[in-house]
Amino acid sequence: MNLAYTLRLADDALIIGHRLSEWCGHGPILEQDIALTNTSLDHLGRARSLYQYAAEQFNAMGTEEKKNYFSSVAIQNMVSAGETLDEDDVAYLRDGWDFKNLLLLEQPNSDWAYTVARSFYYDTFNFFFFSELQNSSDTTLAAVAAKSLKEITYHLRWSSEWVVRLGDGTEESHKRMQQAINDLWMYTGEMFVMNDADKDAVQKGRGVNLDELKPKWMERVQSILDEARLTLPAATWMQSGGKDGKHTDNLGYILAEMQFMQRTYPGMKW
Amino acid sequence: MAVHSFQEHFDSLIDRDITIEPKDWMPDDYRKTLIRQISQHAHSEIVGMLPEGNWITRAPSLRRKAVLLAKVQDEAGHGLYLYSAAETLGITRDEMYNQLHSGKAKYSSIFNYPTLTWADMGAIGWLVDGAAIMNQVPLCRTSYGPYARAMVRVCKEESFHQRQGFEIMLTLAKGTEIQKKMAQDAFNRWWWPSIMMFGPPDAESPNTEQSVRWKIKRFTNDELRQKFVDVTVEQTKVLGLEMPDKDIKWNEARGHYDYGQINWEEFWNVVKGNGPCNKQRLDARRNAWDEGKWVRDAAMAHAEKRKARTAAVKAA
Repeated sequence: MNLAYTLRLADDALIIGHRLSEWCGHGPILEQDIALTNTSLDHLGRARSLYQYAAEQFNAMGTEEKKNYFSSVAIQNMVSAGETLDEDDVAYLRDGWDFKNLLLLEQPNSDWAYTVARSFYYDTFNFFFFSELQNSSDTTLAAVAAKSLKEITYHLRWSSEWVVRLGDGTEESHKRMQQAINDLWMYTGEMFVMNDADKDAVQKGRGVNLDELKPKWMERVQSILDEARLTLPAATWMQSGGKDGKHTDNLGYILAEMQFMQRTYPGMKW
Repeated sequence: MAVHSFQEHFDSLIDRDITIEPKDWMPDDYRKTLIRQISQHAHSEIVGMLPEGNWITRAPSLRRKAVLLAKVQDEAGHGLYLYSAAETLGITRDEMYNQLHSGKAKYSSIFNYPTLTWADMGAIGWLVDGAAIMNQVPLCRTSYGPYARAMVRVCKEESFHQRQGFEIMLTLAKGTEIQKKMAQDAFNRWWWPSIMMFGPPDAESPNTEQSVRWKIKRFTNDELRQKFVDVTVEQTKVLGLEMPDKDIKWNEARGHYDYGQINWEEFWNVVKGNGPCNKQRLDARRNAWDEGKWVRDAAMAHAEKRKARTAAVKAA
């Protein structure tokens, strides 16, 4: 269960890092191109720490359990051959149904407003989540959380400032920002869904109680949207499934692109 | 002071290797040459983000992905220093962007070639950054102060990139047969465009002589090209790859490697816009700029609103 919990956090980090990295070289302002790339690197760094930890946990399991843990022929073959997994195997050899990232994070960049809105929702969540995770009884997770929190604090400042800038900028930017805030709203509910891995982690003192996070998140989002002269979207039907491996169409394309080298040239060192 | 004495003062600074600073008098052509060269260099950094940026989402390992992302980000940083250095000469960044987008300003032609395999990330770091360093190290002592100081930082990072590129090539060359083939293929494609990076032969380089006099340039195109060839031949031996030029031969009398005929017709065609990716590269830059307009406008509008509100609070 701890592996599932670790992996989900790693997948979140990798997928948002991937999306943000797509901006590299294409940003609206050179300074922002650099800022966003930095953020992408932070997420990628966190993904790596967590995948390394996940691989460690996986390698420590019994062979039978390992064989059926992932629905990936490549990984099953490695297990049968008695090989151990590393961070790259975990990132590059699983298919979408074994990825447990939030649906929000795989949504396309679309434009600067959507990118900012996606980051804003997630950074706000991350800020409160990792603040709590620092107290995890799992020392590795607690250490990752402590390191990440410094970065995430900056991410949150960056995305909040942009929400305000766009919301309270021109008529066009206000319209675009409101649209993005509205359109991505339906993916925010999933952040607070307590699945089995969450419940288990909370029970064992390793994880974060998402029910307690929700009001803090809501309050922060509301206050930034107020400052930006934007309207909090009305309650709506929330999408979910990412945490259980049921994704939107987007993830398959991300993985196809990201994993093609490892798939075409298997077993090589780069 | 009469104009000729400004000129004499400038010449004496140059002769004594004292840097020219933004507020110093300088000949119009010196200023123009520097704006052309520095902005071209800045544009090369920004356009140069594209062929490598291309592989960020496809890098074969998480470590390589992180390193590549950081490298491309460094290039954006170089663009930033260089645009700032050019701005001290009295041109704005927006004006320079307009010159790039209209096709008036050039950038290094090397970036008009596609990046077809992962090995291209190695070849670009090793050869393209390697050639860039040969060009740029002397610029750390170039006569214009802000440019020279920007180049000190740029060169430190570039030499790091070059080692990273070489390390990618080495990993591939010592890897499986397929990986070695991939490395050789990338070497074959990037070699000639890389040695073209030093520009036309001295005899046909219209700007070289004056630039050397002004100490903007410290070595000629052919001198730098020769140095690059000599170094690369030795590095190729370490990699265990084949030089893509059959005419490479040690010339005892010259103390240098001789090399084959460069296809200058291809070079000039790529410069004029007929390279494989000229259109894509410029389109990508123009799109980023055009699609970013509403974002920049919003940021400006918001800053104005803030200023007005603060002023209103103070007045009350």
